[in-house]
Amino acid sequence: MRGQAPFRLIRPVAMAGLTLFALVGAALPQAEPAVQIVPPLTGWAEPMSEGQIPPLGRPITDDVRRMRNYPGQPPVIPHSIDGYQLTVNTNRCMDCHKPQFTEGSGAPMISVTHFMDRDGQILTDVTPRRYFCTACHVQQADVRPLVPNEFRDGYRHAGGP
Amino acid sequence: MTISRRDLLKAQAAGIAAMAANIPLSSQAQPVPGGVESLQITWSKAPCRFCGTGCGVMVGVKEGRVVATHGDLLAEVNRGLNCVKGYFLSKIMYGQDRLTQPLLRKRDGIYAKDGEFTPVSWEEAFDTMAAQAKRVLKDKGPTAVGMFGSGQWTIFEGYAATKLMRAGFRSNNLDPNARHCMASAAYAFMRTFGMDEPMGCYDDFEAADAFVLWGSNMAEMHPILWTRVADRRLGHPHVKVAVLSTFTHRSSDLADIPIVFKPGTDLAILNYIANHIIQTGRVNRDFVDRHTTFVAGATGIGYGLRDDDPREVAARTAEDPAATTPSTFEEFAELVSEYTLEKVSELSGVEPGFLEQLAELYADPDRKVMSLWTMGFNQHVRGVWANQMVYNLHLLTGKISEPGNSPFSLTGQPSACGTAREVGTFAHRLPADMTVTNPEHRKHAEEIWRIPEGLIPDKPGLHAVAQDRALHDGTLNFYWIQVNNNLQASPNNSNEAWPGYRNPENFIVVSDAYPTVTALAADLILPAAMWVEKEGAYGNAERRTHVWHQLVEAPGEARSDLWQMMEFSKRFTTDEVWPEEILAANPNYRGQSLFDVLFRNGSVDRFDISELNPDYANQEAKHFGFYVQKGLFEEYAAFGRGHGHDLAPYDTYHEVRGLRWPVVDGKETLWRYREGLDPYVEPGAGVQFYGNPDGKAKIIAVPYEPPAEPPDEEYNIWLVTGRVLEHWHSGSMTMRVPELYRAFPGARCFMNPEDARDMGFNQGAEVRIVSRRGEIRSRVETRGRNRMPRGVIFVPWFDASQLINKVTLDATDPISKQTDFKKCAVKLLSV
Repeated sequence: MRGQAPFRLIRPVAMAGLTLFALVGAALPQAEPAVQIVPPLTGWAEPMSEGQIPPLGRPITDDVRRMRNYPGQPPVIPHSIDGYQLTVNTNRCMDCHKPQFTEGSGAPMISVTHFMDRDGQILTDVTPRRYFCTACHVQQADVRPLVPNEFRDGYRHAGGP
Repeated sequence: MTISRRDLLKAQAAGIAAMAANIPLSSQAQPVPGGVESLQITWSKAPCRFCGTGCGVMVGVKEGRVVATHGDLLAEVNRGLNCVKGYFLSKIMYGQDRLTQPLLRKRDGIYAKDGEFTPVSWEEAFDTMAAQAKRVLKDKGPTAVGMFGSGQWTIFEGYAATKLMRAGFRSNNLDPNARHCMASAAYAFMRTFGMDEPMGCYDDFEAADAFVLWGSNMAEMHPILWTRVADRRLGHPHVKVAVLSTFTHRSSDLADIPIVFKPGTDLAILNYIANHIIQTGRVNRDFVDRHTTFVAGATGIGYGLRDDDPREVAARTAEDPAATTPSTFEEFAELVSEYTLEKVSELSGVEPGFLEQLAELYADPDRKVMSLWTMGFNQHVRGVWANQMVYNLHLLTGKISEPGNSPFSLTGQPSACGTAREVGTFAHRLPADMTVTNPEHRKHAEEIWRIPEGLIPDKPGLHAVAQDRALHDGTLNFYWIQVNNNLQASPNNSNEAWPGYRNPENFIVVSDAYPTVTALAADLILPAAMWVEKEGAYGNAERRTHVWHQLVEAPGEARSDLWQMMEFSKRFTTDEVWPEEILAANPNYRGQSLFDVLFRNGSVDRFDISELNPDYANQEAKHFGFYVQKGLFEEYAAFGRGHGHDLAPYDTYHEVRGLRWPVVDGKETLWRYREGLDPYVEPGAGVQFYGNPDGKAKIIAVPYEPPAEPPDEEYNIWLVTGRVLEHWHSGSMTMRVPELYRAFPGARCFMNPEDARDMGFNQGAEVRIVSRRGEIRSRVETRGRNRMPRGVIFVPWFDASQLINKVTLDATDPISKQTDFKKCAVKLLSV
C-alpha cells in the first residue's frame, strides 16, 4: 500500500495515554501527546524515500449506476471507455447515450441540459459545448480511497435515513 | 391493469436500489416531514477553488455544512457548466484528515527540530514562531526571513502578506507559487506592453475564427474554456484549431492542425511564422508603424541554474539576461529570415505542410486568431521570449485588442492574476504593476500604507527557486509557507527544498488545511480555513475580480491565512523590527505593534462590523472588530484607481458575478488598448498601449536557443511533467474526493508503446525514472489520454508517493526565474 505506516490521524499515543490515565487516576502530570501523522496521501513515511508502486487500478465495469451525491453531480461512468474515440469527427459515447440510440443500447439518455446552448436554448441535438463527455464524466478505478471523505448530502441533513 | 414484464423489472430494480441505499420504500410516499422548509438548501455564489478559469458555482449549505454545488447559470464565464473537479467542490473540505489544531515539533515539552508533531494552542504556536522570527531578525536581519505564498491566496490575504513582509519585517523575500506557474507571462506583459495581464477576455472565444494552443492542454486543464472553444469550432465549420505540444493529448482531439514538436523548438516555429508573415507581404505596416517599436534581446542568457553549474557557465554570455537594445523592423526581419520552412521543419520535426497551415492562420488578414498558452510557454527556459514572440505575431499583423484577435495567457491558479500579480506578491512587485526598485513606487506605497518613508526595502527579494537554495545554504532561516505544497511542487526538491526545510538552522511554518508533504516537512503546522470557510476574493485570467461570503465555519481551531497573519503581527512592535533612524524621524510610530501600524492604521479598520451582511458569518471581522476584508480591499484598490487598474467599490462585488477591471464609471472593460472599448485610450489614438510611456508595444528580436539538458546517450529520454484533469493543486484536495481519486488514483509514466517494447517494459510495469538528481518509481502507461512520441515521457506531479520533482531540473528562465518543468533528461530502468 501507499504509506509504510498505517493511517493514524486519530492519535494512538493520546489514546494510550487516556487508558493509562484511567488506570492510575489523576496523579500523573498531563503530558502532551504527540500525533503520528502518516496519512497515506502524503506518500512515504520518509518523504524522499521510494517504495513499491501499486499496479494501475482497473476500471469498474459492472454497469451499475452509482448513486449521485446531489442532483447536480455528473454521473460517473460504470463501464470501460478504453480506446473510445472522442474526437472532432467521432464521439463513441453518443453511439449509446444519444436519445436516438438508447432504446437499443439500454444506456441512460444524456440529460436535457446537454441540449442547451450557451444561452439556455434547447437545440435539436447535443450542444457543441457539451461535446467532450470526459470533461465531466469519469471512469472509476476499482480502488479504495486513501482518505475517507465525511461529506453528507442534503437529504441526510434533512433527516433522511 | 396489466403489468408488463418491464414494469415488474423496474419495480424490482427500485426495490433493490432502495435496499442498497437503506431507504424504506414506504417513506417515499409520505408527506414531507417538517414541510418544504426541511428540504430547502441555502444557495450562495462563489468562484471555483481550482483553476484560473474562474467559473462561478452555486454552493448549497444546510445546517452549517456544504451539501451540494452546481454550476452558476448567471456566471458569464461558465453559464451553468463546471468540469468534473468543479462539480465535486462540495467534498473538498470534508476529507477526514483536516488539520484542526496547530502542531509543533516537540521533544520533552519544548520545540525541537527533530521532535514529534504535538498539538499546541494558537498561543503557544505564535509564541514559538515569534521567538524564532525575532531570533533570526536579531542575528541576521530582514533578508533571513521569508514567506512563500500562493495564487490561491485571497486578494486580502496576498495584500496582508505584502504589507506584513515588506512594511512589517522589511523583507522582500515574499514570493508566490505563481512563480512556478506564470512568472514568464507576467514579465513578458511588462516587457511588451508595460502593463500586466491580457488585453482581451473570454468573449474572444465566441468571436475568433482560429485558435492556436501553444503548450496548453486546455481540454484537461481549462475544460470549461475548452467547452467554449469546442462550441465555436464544432458550431462554425470555418473555424480552425491548431494544437502545438511535445506530445499528443486530449486537446489534439479537436485539432485541425495537430503539431507535435521537439521540446524547445517552439521558439524556432514562432520565428518561422514571423518570417512567413514578412515574406508573404502580410505585415500590417500601418499598425506596426503607429503602434509598435522594435527591440533586440540579449542572447546567451543561461539557464538560471546555480552559478557554478557547468551548464550555466557554458551557456551564459549575457551580462544582463533581461537587457534589450533599440532595433528596427529591418533588423528584426533579418534575424527571422534565418528561420525558413525547411530549416524549422528539420529542427522541430514538424511536417512543412502543418507549419505553413499554422503560419497562414496568423498571416491571413481575414482570419481572427486567438493564441492560448499556459505551462508549455511559461515553464520554459526561454519562457519570457516565447510569450513575447507570440505577441510579435499579433503585433506584426495588428491582430490584437479587438474581439476575436487575442493573444491570451491562461493561468493555472484561481487568483494567480488577482493576488499574485495584481496585488503584487512577487519578490520585486508592489500593487498595480509597481515595483520595489522604483523609488516613486515605494514612496506611493508608503503613503497609502500610512507608514514612514524609506521603510520598504529597495532590492528585490528571493524568488521561489532562490528561496529553496537559500534555505539549503542556511541564509534564509525563518520561512512561512501558506496555501501551497511547495515541497511537492518545487524542482529538484530532494537536493534543494527538502534539505532546506530540514536544515537545523531554519524554522519552517506551514499553514494548510491538510497534512501535505510540505506540512509534514515543517516545524510548525498551522491549520487553515479554506474556500467558503472564509470571506474571499479571487481574480481570474480575464481580469475578473469576484468575491464570496463565508458560508460555513472552519473545523476545530482552523483559521484563515488572513487571521493567522494579522494575529501574528500583534506579536511584534515597531521597535523590534524597524531601524532606529526611521523611528527617530517618526517618533509617533514608536512602541506600536505591527498590527496597529499595518491593520489598525485608520484605513484598513475604517469599516464597522455593522456593514456586514447579517445573513453571513465573518470570522475575521468578528474577531478583530472591524470589516477586515472590506478595509483591506478598499485600501488596496486605492493603488489602481485612476491608473488603469480601477476596481469597483467592494460591496458591488457581493452583488455581481465578478467584474473585469478597469471598472470605470461602473462599467467593466472587455478589451483594453483600443479606442471605443477602453476608456483609458485617448480620443483619436485608435490603439494605445498606454502601459508604455510612448503608447507603443515592443516587438522583440530573439533567436532560438536550446534547452538546458537535452537527452544524451545515458539519459536518453525527455521528461515532461504536468497535470491531469481530475487533480489540481498537487492533489491535496482532489485526492481526498473519492470520485476524483478513483478517476485517476495515482501518477503514471506515459510513454510511447514502441519505446516500451524496445526497453522491455509491458503496459503497467513498474519502472524507475532516473535523472542526474534523483529517481522515483512509477508504472508504465502506453495507452490512455496522452499519446507520447518516441523519446518523450510524461509524468503528472499530483501524487505525493511519486514525487517526480525529485527528478526534475531546477533550470529557470533567467528573466522570469520560472522553472522549466517540461524539459530534462532521464533514463528508465526496471525495478
